[in-house]
Amino acid sequence: MMERSATRDFLVGLYVLGGMLAIGYLSISIGGFSWRHAEVLKLSAAFDEIGGLTKGAPVVIAGVKIGEVSTISLQDDFRAKVQMDLDATLKLPTDTSASIVTAGVLGDRYIELQPGGDEKLLKSGDQITFTESAVILEKLIGQFLYGTAKGKVGESKSGSATTPAATAP
Amino acid sequence: MAYGRRRVFDALSCHFPRGRISVILGGSGLGKSTILRLIGGLTRPQAGAVIVDGHDITRLSQRGLDLVRRKMGMMFQGGALLDSYSVFENLALPLRENGSHTEQEIASLVHRILDAVAVGDADELFPRQLSGGMLRRVALARAIIRKPELLLCDEPFSGLDPASIRHIEALLIEINKKFAMTMIVVSHDVHSTVRMADHVVMILEDRVLEGTPAELLQSSDPKAAEFLREGVERLQKICS
Amino acid sequence: MTNPVSFLGYRALRFVEELGAMAAFTVETARTIFMPPLRFEAFVRELYKLGVRSLFIICVCGLAVGMVLGLQGHHTLTRFGAQRSLGAVVGLSLIRELGPVLTALLVAGRAGSSTTAEIGTMVATEQLDGLRMLSIDPVSLIIKPKAVAMLFTTPLLTALFIVCGLYGGYLVGVGQFGGDAGSYMSSLRSNVDFHNDIACSIVKSAIFGLLLGLIATYRGYTSTPTAEGVSTATTSTVVISSVTVLLTDYLITAAWGI
Repeated sequence: MMERSATRDFLVGLYVLGGMLAIGYLSISIGGFSWRHAEVLKLSAAFDEIGGLTKGAPVVIAGVKIGEVSTISLQDDFRAKVQMDLDATLKLPTDTSASIVTAGVLGDRYIELQPGGDEKLLKSGDQITFTESAVILEKLIGQFLYGTAKGKVGESKSGSATTPAATAP
Repeated sequence: MAYGRRRVFDALSCHFPRGRISVILGGSGLGKSTILRLIGGLTRPQAGAVIVDGHDITRLSQRGLDLVRRKMGMMFQGGALLDSYSVFENLALPLRENGSHTEQEIASLVHRILDAVAVGDADELFPRQLSGGMLRRVALARAIIRKPELLLCDEPFSGLDPASIRHIEALLIEINKKFAMTMIVVSHDVHSTVRMADHVVMILEDRVLEGTPAELLQSSDPKAAEFLREGVERLQKICS
Repeated sequence: MTNPVSFLGYRALRFVEELGAMAAFTVETARTIFMPPLRFEAFVRELYKLGVRSLFIICVCGLAVGMVLGLQGHHTLTRFGAQRSLGAVVGLSLIRELGPVLTALLVAGRAGSSTTAEIGTMVATEQLDGLRMLSIDPVSLIIKPKAVAMLFTTPLLTALFIVCGLYGGYLVGVGQFGGDAGSYMSSLRSNVDFHNDIACSIVKSAIFGLLLGLIATYRGYTSTPTAEGVSTATTSTVVISSVTVLLTDYLITAAWGI
């Protein structure tokens, strides 16, 4: 065969290395691939209304993404059950609340957690008891226009929750 | 036997004696190379049998064919050496693939054979750097490096100058004598055939004649006589 | 073929025949992959010929495509006031579709056609027959390293193409239009997911590499042993590879979404 050229072998080695590094960079740095799959804090929460919340939507505390929505399903009492995979290093009190928030007026839905003050912490598999459902803009407008008794009439139409639907355990 | 839509032979029967130099003679395009390919197993006949060393090779599996080929060597018209390998590597390849020689054994074998065919100092060159005569000799070396019992040569003389033709002719005769190697040579050159062959298979348009060169030269068959005489006359014209 | 209907039938039968022959060739090649000898040196040599020699065209085209995406994306996103998302736009287009597909097309054109030409020439000059007469299987010696190298090199080239493209988008979005480097990278990171995007991209490019390797070697191996035959085989490699890559892209993208 063609003489074994050290230069050629070196170039091939460089090329393969470069390609592998590119794959690694794309996977880890950009794609967020990690080996630590098992280390996840799994919590669930039930909502009357989740709006356009989708699987994979971010879960946020104080604006920082700390996890994402893993599954969405319907409970027997026709409420939506949302399961979340969160950063395992989090220490969340049992009176933490979860609300479904919109990014901007017309943006994507995501979940915002407000940590409570209890001494006891949530463990993987626990349910968050304090929840605020999503605000559906059309319903708000409808209530405003037709003056139904349910919602607060005249409130600004921004995306923050104005009709609390807190549920007791 | 047909290639695609072209019928090459309808019915062919010929034989090649062991230990002798046989030449397949005839005009271009009549199927001389096809016979060689049939013997080497590179082409399968549509009907009939090819019997090599007592075995019908048309019935063999790939593995069986490979085993039979260990006893054969083939010298192709264009050399058919791997052009991305050096001369040395081309010759070493069959030894490395199928044998269990050490690197030193391989090196010494290769150099000995290259010296025997008088291209001893070409081992680092690549096939494209060789002249026609050198290329043929390297091809010959590769064909015999496994010490086959049967050597097939496809037009070993075509395109060479008379001196090179003589040289290769002499090599073939020497190899045949030394190793009692059966040889089947395809050629359209009458003169070297007459000099070299023990047995001639002459392919004409519609029939095949077999015999020694002397027999064919005196043949009463008009076409045969015409072919032979033409060849001889052409040479005489050149020499006079 | 006087009757157009029977002509169509003939072509259809020939096509199925070709597929069958190609399947047989694939099995044959696959068989030699798992059998010794390994032929690692030949594999490295092919990686050089197919991969290293393609680096220039891949990186330049990747950069160019990234820059165009950056340009196009910037103009479109500005209308919606969403320039921050340029990283995501460039990244998602490159990673999911343009990277694997364009790389595969470029590889088919450069490496695929040269492989077909090389093997076809070997057939025409009886080199493969020469090997057979030496009891050496040409599929193992010649085809296997080339096909495996093609399979291995395509994902590597795809990754490099994508990285160059991301940089091209960055050059345009941040360098040319003064966008914020941080938001380019962060919108890229938050919108690209390993499982959906990167993994799909890698799998796609590997499958493309496999197909390209098989098509290029098969067409060379079965080419008519004349100069014209080699030339026909070479151009048909590029045509068939391109069509196959694009059709397979659809199938994979659809299947991955399930």
